[in-house]
Parts: sequence; structure tokens; C-alpha cells
Amino acid sequence: MSKSRMILAITASLMLGLFANPAVADYALNFPEPVAPLPQQMYDLHMLTTKIATIIMVVVIGFVAYVLFTFRKSKGYEADQNFHKGAFGTWSWMLVPVIVLGIDLTIAGSATSALEEVEDYSKKADLTVKVIGSQWKWTYEYMDDGIRIVSNMLPKEKAGDNYLRAVDNPLVLPTNRRIRFLHTASDVLHAWWVPQIVYKKDSIPGYINETWTNIEKEGTYRGQCAEICGTGHAFMPIVVEAVSPEKFEAWKAEKLQVAQAAAAEASADKTWSKDELYSRGEGIYNTNCSGCHQVSGKGMPGVFPALAGSKIATGDIAAHINIVLNGKSGTAMAAWGAQLNNLEIAAVITYERNAWGNNTGDVVQPADIKSARQ
Amino acid sequence: MSAVIHEDHHHDEPPRGFKRWLYSTNHKDIGTMYLIFALVMLFVGGAMAMLIRAELFLPGLQIVNPDLYNNLVTDHALVMIFGMVMPAAAGMANWMIPMMIGAPDMALPRMNNMSFWLLPAAAILLLASLFVQFIPGTGVPVNTGWTIYPPLSVQVGLGMDLLIFSVHLLGISSIMASINIVTTILNMRAPGMTMMKMPLFCWAWFFTGLLLIIVMPVLAGGVTMLLFDRHFGTSFFDAAGGGDPVLFQHLFWFFGHPEVYVLLLPSIGVLGLVIPTFSRKPLFGYKPLVYFMGFLFALGLVVWAHHQYTIGMSLGVTTYFMIGTILISIPIGLMIFNFIFTMWRGSITFETPMLFAIAIILMFSFAGVTGVMLAVVPADLQYHDTYFVVAHFHYALIPGAVFGLYAGVFYWLPKWTGHMYDEKLGKIFFWWTTLSFNLTFFPQHFSGLAGMPRRIVDYNIQYVEFNQISSIGAFAFGLSHLLFLYIIIKTVKGGEKAADKPWEGAQIGTPGLEWTLPSPPPFHSFTTPPKIQ
Repeated sequence: MSKSRMILAITASLMLGLFANPAVADYALNFPEPVAPLPQQMYDLHMLTTKIATIIMVVVIGFVAYVLFTFRKSKGYEADQNFHKGAFGTWSWMLVPVIVLGIDLTIAGSATSALEEVEDYSKKADLTVKVIGSQWKWTYEYMDDGIRIVSNMLPKEKAGDNYLRAVDNPLVLPTNRRIRFLHTASDVLHAWWVPQIVYKKDSIPGYINETWTNIEKEGTYRGQCAEICGTGHAFMPIVVEAVSPEKFEAWKAEKLQVAQAAAAEASADKTWSKDELYSRGEGIYNTNCSGCHQVSGKGMPGVFPALAGSKIATGDIAAHINIVLNGKSGTAMAAWGAQLNNLEIAAVITYERNAWGNNTGDVVQPADIKSARQ
Repeated sequence: MSAVIHEDHHHDEPPRGFKRWLYSTNHKDIGTMYLIFALVMLFVGGAMAMLIRAELFLPGLQIVNPDLYNNLVTDHALVMIFGMVMPAAAGMANWMIPMMIGAPDMALPRMNNMSFWLLPAAAILLLASLFVQFIPGTGVPVNTGWTIYPPLSVQVGLGMDLLIFSVHLLGISSIMASINIVTTILNMRAPGMTMMKMPLFCWAWFFTGLLLIIVMPVLAGGVTMLLFDRHFGTSFFDAAGGGDPVLFQHLFWFFGHPEVYVLLLPSIGVLGLVIPTFSRKPLFGYKPLVYFMGFLFALGLVVWAHHQYTIGMSLGVTTYFMIGTILISIPIGLMIFNFIFTMWRGSITFETPMLFAIAIILMFSFAGVTGVMLAVVPADLQYHDTYFVVAHFHYALIPGAVFGLYAGVFYWLPKWTGHMYDEKLGKIFFWWTTLSFNLTFFPQHFSGLAGMPRRIVDYNIQYVEFNQISSIGAFAFGLSHLLFLYIIIKTVKGGEKAADKPWEGAQIGTPGLEWTLPSPPPFHSFTTPPKIQ
């Protein structure tokens, strides 16, 4: 009969689909391989519940299939009008809670140790990183060393196949150290998630959430913002480079040196030439601003304003400095005053006033920014 | 209430022209309007889903910009929940509950009229919140998702205000409809129709109504506080002003989780009629089903924070919400168990409503087991906000709520119109929707596990294959609804005359009184209370 064949077909395809999950786990059908103890425990829990779920589904589908094949009118089966009145009909309702509760408690019981570890904040961390989500980039602060990294998405041309999963400055972390992450946000909700090394806790403005990890394997681990945060939600990738503790120390020393040199350079009362500022500004613009205003300066019509030929980028310099330093409330334009130093802001404004045909010829010096801040 | 019944001196002819609909206090006409409204909204929300899947067919930005995409995601959810599933379920309640319990009409007919006519107004506001972004100077579009979490929803422009007012109207409408249905069930039953004799559909709507009356005011309060934060300088949800962004999430999900059962229960009620009818055998375990629905109702009110496992709650609170959530599998498991044992030793035939019912048992069980997976907190810290969740709740809501309504439509179309629908087309529609639905949402489990977050307009190329399968499935799923529309129009226009009891097992399926009336029933049914044997 065609009907029964169709039922068989759908039952078979459903079951095949279910088995596909644990059976062929290699082709991105499952979580990526965890490389830290807690994600490993979560992965094991996930596999346990997947197996239980598969068994339950096989039993349910098998049972329903049996019922449908056996008790059909076309086979002349007469309905038993009193079945629900018998002892089974009266007492079977107690079966389900007992069976289901048994499965439930098994699952909940196996989850408690992982849950307790997630919520265990008593152990001392070797390294604490504050992760700040903002529209639409991540800022990492190494709390013990004063290093600060701003991590932006790489444009398609540079990222290639890792587009939307690649950044300019990855978070560098040592392996085999207990690392504590403190999550917060500067504007709206975000969620920092790198499934292989650390699970999600939301970044909430005004809150500090805590997660921890201990990376067991060197490598590059990727993730994305997981909580909707507006226009650029899809464009906030996360990349973690896990390196050996020795390499990490070397990286840290270098980073500190560079940071000190940059700070010294920015605070020096030097007057910069237009070309110097322009070329520095181009780099800063392409990492920090092009996410919205685009490399071409043309913005995204209706969403992000263009800077090429805009009133602000070709008009009053003081107004231009003000919007870059303090942002514009009610829009996605962030305040950059706390994120960039005077030299960087001066450079990016000089760039914006002279690029894409905005040939104003204006040169903004770090000293101008310093006085605008006061 | 018997006084109301005796005072009934209406003509049996409906009034003519637009006044029949605009001023209607007739439960059947209002039910019809609810159902037509839901059908229109099904296509509006479906069109949004088609745009979403078209954008996701390929990586990169092709059709919509990120804000419009997020706005479509937001409105797809709101239209489908408030515009489609709830009005369709309310339409069925309006049509069937008075006839099932032997009442002449709903208890509060004028309020019934108002609760319907608020819906088109709300829908206009909701659609305005989408289209207002095309007018310059109206600020950022509603790019928040249907959860409208602050602080993001405070950044949004005029669209958010329109959306908040729309939610207010929708809330008032559903509270009034719920009060009406609960009152009807409590007060309008014919003599001898005790609560424990009512068809399961009435019980399902009784609990649905109670849920809505409890949770809707909380949502209304939450969005009003949001409105005040946006315009009147309050800081309920602004940490910088001493407020708490997470508070909104608690208010939202105190409404949002019971809302899932609001969508689900009416369809469970339909299954409670369809499965016995086509098994030709009384419902197995009616009493436990009613009690466990009550248990589900109570449990559903106290597990909301499982939508917020990642906000950073204490170990004790998290454990409580985890155990509570896992316990939901008990009443759901009992429903599945009892429906299967209703078919056991039955004499089963496979008409379209029954096919949907069987598909629901299987696919909703699947949503149930992925639900238990998601309830496990440590694992959820990985699943949270990925496509795994998207797949899970579409498996819960499309079979659980929408297919249940389709089963109801096919089951009752003969009663409503007096014509049998085309069984062959009905079966084609069933196989088409069920297969394309699975093609759409099954792969999303995998893209979610592989790390694709939800609500993203553009994705890394590693997710291409699953998204393309999903999009192709979605287009087929969307297209199948044109057939649905055609079947309904064809049945309304004509077809084989339906008997008073169009199904062989109709009276076995539902012990209610609707089958004692002709098909279609007269404009005013039960002008004197019917007798119950």
C-alpha cells in the first residue's frame, strides 16, 4: 500500500536523521573539539543527553510505528471501546512520571558537578582578563599587567575563508594556566563565546560576570558574539591564540614595551606633519571606524552615515573632534575618547578630513585633542 | 446564566452587509473573523520568514541590510505568535467551545467583539513599526529580536514605540478574550455538562485563558517601563541610573515562558479530539490529562529563567530552574503516552487531521528531548543563542502549535462550512508541509552545534551547506501554504455536503454537543439548553 510505504519512508528518514548526529560527528555536525576541562565536561554531558534523546526517540517512533501498522481499520481491526476503563487505563498514568522522573534525575544528577565547577569562584586565577563588549568590537584588559587589546573584525579581503571569524588583534592567552574572564559591556548586551575553550556568560552593562578556563592545547580558537547587539551583531568575531606560557611571557613583555612607547609618543608635545598623521590615521580608521563607515568612507545608506563629503568631516573642526571624542547619543556612534589616545584621535580626524575627496587640507595635532578634552 | 438563554429572541438570519461583521456579537462570526485574520497574518509572517531564509541562502549581504534583517526576525516572531497562532486558537475557541458545552453564545459577546477588533489595530501598529524605518529621521529600526531587551531597545527609534503600543493592544485583546473564554466555560455549560465531561479542547483553553490573564499584565508592565526609560527619563533598566537591564529579562520571560504553553495547549486540546475520532476509541486517560495540564500550567509559571541561564545567576537559583524545567517533561511525556495509548487497540484511519496528529506526536517528542538537552545548564551555556535553540523551538512551535491548528482546521472545516474538504489535496498538503518543515529545521541543529549564533545576517562559509538546505526547505514549506489557502477557499465555496457528524468516530472523539448541530450550524445554536445523556 502506498500509504504504508509513505509512513515507512518518513519514519526511516526521521530515524536516519537522528542517528546521523552522534554517528558522523566529524563534518561540523557537532560541537568543535573542546580543549579545556569545563567545555570537555559540557561536551560529555551533551553527548550523554544526545544518546538518551536518541534512545527515547527510537522507542517512541518504533512504538508509534507498531501501533499504526497493527491497529488500522483497513486491516479490519475493531476498536476496543473499554480499553481505557481497565486496570491499565486507570493506573498507567503513574508509569510516566516514574519513568520520566528517573531519566530526568539521571540527567540532572550528571550535570551537577559541571554546574558546581562553573559556579566555583573560590580558586585563585593565574591570569584575569576583563572582556568588554561594545558595539561592535571586543576590548580585552589584562588586569594584572595593564595591557589592553582592541579586537576588530578583519575585512573580507584580509580574512579570506575565516571572514566573520577573524580579527585584527586576537586575544593571546597562555596554556595550562587558570584563566578568569570578567565579562561586562559598555553599551548593550553582548555574549563572548569561544566554544572550544569557554562557555557563554552574557556581557551586561553594569554587571561583571565571571567564567574561567584552563586551555590544554595551543592553537587558534574562534567564536562570535552570541547575544543580539544591534546592526553589527554578525560582525563581532572573537579569536583566541593559545600559546605556551613562555611565549606568552615574551609576547607580554613586547606588548608592554610597545604600549609604553606609544604612550610616550602620544604625550610628547611634538607637532606632526600632515603626511605622518594621514598615514597613521588611515590605519586607525580601517581598524576602528570602517566597520560602520566603510573603508570607502561611504557608510551604509540609511544605516551608517557617509564621511566622504559629510558636513561634519568637511565643516567645523571643533564639532568633528567633539563627535569623535564623545560620540553621538541616540545613534550607534561610540565615544572614542577613552579608547584612543590624543595622537590616534588627531591622526584619524586628519585622515577623515583629507581622504575620499574631503580635501580640506586641515591638520589636527594631538595638542588640539588634549585641549578639547579639557 | 440560564436567564440569558431564555432571553434569546434573535432572528435566525444574520444581519446583512458590513454591520454583520463590524458590530458582530455572534461567536461563530467572530470566530470566523479571528480565523481569517490569522490566515492573513500567516502569510505576512511567512513572507518575512521567506525573506530571512532568502538572505541566509548565501553568505554575504544580498537582499536586506543588517537592521532590516533584525527587524524581520523580530516581526516574524511577533506576527506568528500574536498575529497567527493566538488568534487562530482563539477563533477555534470562539467557534467550538459554546457549541461543545451547549451554550447559546460566549458569556460576554460585546467584549468578544472588542477583543477581536483590537487585533487589526494592533497589527497595523506592528507593521508600521517595520515600515517606519523607510521614513528618514525615525532612528534605528527595531533590530532587537522579539525579546526587545534593553539597553538595545532603548537605542531604537520610533519603531520601538509603535511596537510597544502594538503589544499593549495585543495584550488587552488577549486578556479580554481569555476572560471571555474562562467565563464561558465556568458559567455557560448546559445542565449536566460537568467540567469533567467537557472535551479536552475546552480544558486546554481553560488553562490557556488563565495563563494569559496571569502573564499578559506583566508583559504590559514591562514594556511600559521600557517606554518610560525611552522617553521619560526613568532608569528601570539602565544600570547607570541605578536600574537593572536583567530585570526586563525576568519580566519578559515571566510572560514569555508561559506564552509557550499558551501557544501549545489549544493544539494539545485539538489532538485530544482528533486522535480518539480517527482511532474510533475514547481518549485514553482523560482525567490524568486534565490534571497534568493543570500541573503543566502551574509549572510553566515558575521556570521562566531557563531562557536566561547565561545572565549569571547563583548556583542555587540555576539548579532550581534546571530541575523545574526538566520536570516539564513529566506532563508532556504523559500527554504523548496517553495519545499513543488512545491509538492502541483502536481502529485507525488516516484522514488529514489524523496524519497531522501523528506527525505532531513524533516531532513534538523530538522537540521535547532537545528541550531536556537545553534544560541542562552546563550544556546550555554552549547551546544558548545558537541555531540549535532556533531548531528546538521551531520543532516545538510548528508541530506543537501550528500543525495542531492545521489538524483543527481540517477536522472542523466540514462543521464550519458544511462541505467536506478535498481529502486528496489535504494529504498532499500534509506530506508537503511535514517533509519540507523537517528539511528546513533539522539541519539547523547541526549549524547551531557547529557554532552559528542566532539572529546573524551574515555567516562564515563553513555554515553554507546547512543554510542552503534550510532555505530550500523553507521555500518549499512556504509554498505549501498556497495549497492550504486553495483547499480552504475550495471547501468554503463548495464540495461534497458534510453530514452533521462528518467523521465516523466523531461522537466517540469528542463527547461534546457540537455534533448534535447540523453542518454548518445555524446562526444561533442552542436557544434552549440541550439535554445531556
